[in-house]
Amino acid sequence: MLRDITIGQYYPADSVIHKLDPRTKLTATLIYVVSLFVFRGMAGFVAVTLGLLIIIRVSKVPFFYMIKGLKAIMIIVVITVIFNLFLTPGEAIVTFWKLKITWEGLKNAGFLTVRLIYLILGSSVLTLTTTPNQLTDGLEKALKPLNKLHVPVHEISMMMSIALRFIPILVEETDKIMKAQLARGADFESGNLVKKAKSMVPLLVPLFISAFRRANDLAMAMEARCYHGGEGRTKMKPLKYKKRDGVTYVVIAAYFAVVVSLRLVL
Amino acid sequence: MSIILDKVSYVYSEKTAYEIQALKNISLKIQDGEFIGIIGHTGSGKSTLIQHLNGLMRASSGGIYYNGQDIYDEDYNRKELRGKVGLVFQYPEHQLFETTIFADVCFGPKNQGFSRKESELKAFSALRSVGLPEDYWYRSPFELSGGQKRRVAIAGVLAMDPEVLVLDEPTAGLDPKGRNEILDQVARLQRERNITIILVSHSMEDVANYVDRLIVMNQGSILFDGTPKEVFAHYQELEAVGLAAPQVTYLMHDLSQYGIPVCGMATTMEEAKQLILQAFAKK
Repeated sequence: MLRDITIGQYYPADSVIHKLDPRTKLTATLIYVVSLFVFRGMAGFVAVTLGLLIIIRVSKVPFFYMIKGLKAIMIIVVITVIFNLFLTPGEAIVTFWKLKITWEGLKNAGFLTVRLIYLILGSSVLTLTTTPNQLTDGLEKALKPLNKLHVPVHEISMMMSIALRFIPILVEETDKIMKAQLARGADFESGNLVKKAKSMVPLLVPLFISAFRRANDLAMAMEARCYHGGEGRTKMKPLKYKKRDGVTYVVIAAYFAVVVSLRLVL
Repeated sequence: MSIILDKVSYVYSEKTAYEIQALKNISLKIQDGEFIGIIGHTGSGKSTLIQHLNGLMRASSGGIYYNGQDIYDEDYNRKELRGKVGLVFQYPEHQLFETTIFADVCFGPKNQGFSRKESELKAFSALRSVGLPEDYWYRSPFELSGGQKRRVAIAGVLAMDPEVLVLDEPTAGLDPKGRNEILDQVARLQRERNITIILVSHSMEDVANYVDRLIVMNQGSILFDGTPKEVFAHYQELEAVGLAAPQVTYLMHDLSQYGIPVCGMATTMEEAKQLILQAFAKK
């Protein structure tokens, strides 16, 4: 049941996007996200959609796999749509009681939905095609200049990679604990809110204990291997830009230029 | 009373890159009062199989019948089934959560809807059955040793009065003394309470010493199903899939190769002793 969570999960496949340097993908995703908030009007919409479709196609990740990740944000989307529909001032199309749906509201709601969904889809391309390790590696290297400002870049990225690494472990652990308690007749679904919250105790106590134990073991194992932070630490696979990264930078710059000029011209 | 599995298959993460077929067309009949051992390599599907027995996992295809009733029927009470087929998982840490051991053992019967008093009576008798000394009962379950935690976990399921008790590697990580104590305790339960025991294990010695029937799993299918003697006679095939027969079986085999006239094979120390004594008596 819990295995089906896709957020932050890597999907192995053999595509150009999988092979790109994580820094390239991070920058590209950032530019893509900015472009989502820059575009305006139908022409911009078409450009952004085309961009996204091409990226998904090239990444070789099955489309339905990405859609699964959208379920989590559906509630947010519905709430924004409702607020935009009813609260945007302008020319009314339908009115009931004190509420009215305006033409501007409809337009706003539509574009906002598109922006939110594209945002999630675009960033899930990043996480689905990049292993957590590559991602933090890329982040560490990209943020390295901040070290001069005494920002603990290595420590932050190490914490991030540990946290990411622990997500699947803890999900699996939760699944096992749930099963062990279900086998003893526990009930996690029925009852009112108070009863449901109480039924979480048999799940959360073993989960926390195990998380602390694991954290402790990991700290020991790291110390046993003389971990002492980032200073002087070298990498087994240092990140290096290849030709395809250069090409990607050019493509993404061209894409951004198109979206911006479509906004300025139209 | 029996459990019948009819062509049960199970696929993990269907239609993704991680798809694994964990069970392939398993058909099985488990009779009342049997003591069954399940052995198999890591990833052979043992754990997946036992989680089907109490309805925790739903087969991708095939049917399971408990006492003649289809457990996948819309109106079948699967929660009640979990009380009848008690499943003890490998890690007791996954189920202990209460402040005292006694309260933890009461969790199962309370969930079944018994009153406080009835639950406590059941917990009392379950803790007695697993042989945990009474001065431990009101301590925190987290202070216990590995073997004691196992006992508490078994008691926690036993308190629900199951008709079938399924144990997933109850002896993993225990020293030889703790291992024998737990297994003796389980064997006694089978005799005294007349419940069916299904024991998943990695240790050939353990299963040879205790079980009446042995099921060998390999890559999601049943490879052998018979008495330990019948199964261990195939020790060459067992080795081919990464398993082995008990040490004594090899010893007896070697003895007869070196000209000592021991006839027949043995799977337990006791049998081997008898056969060797017989061989020397003939001389």
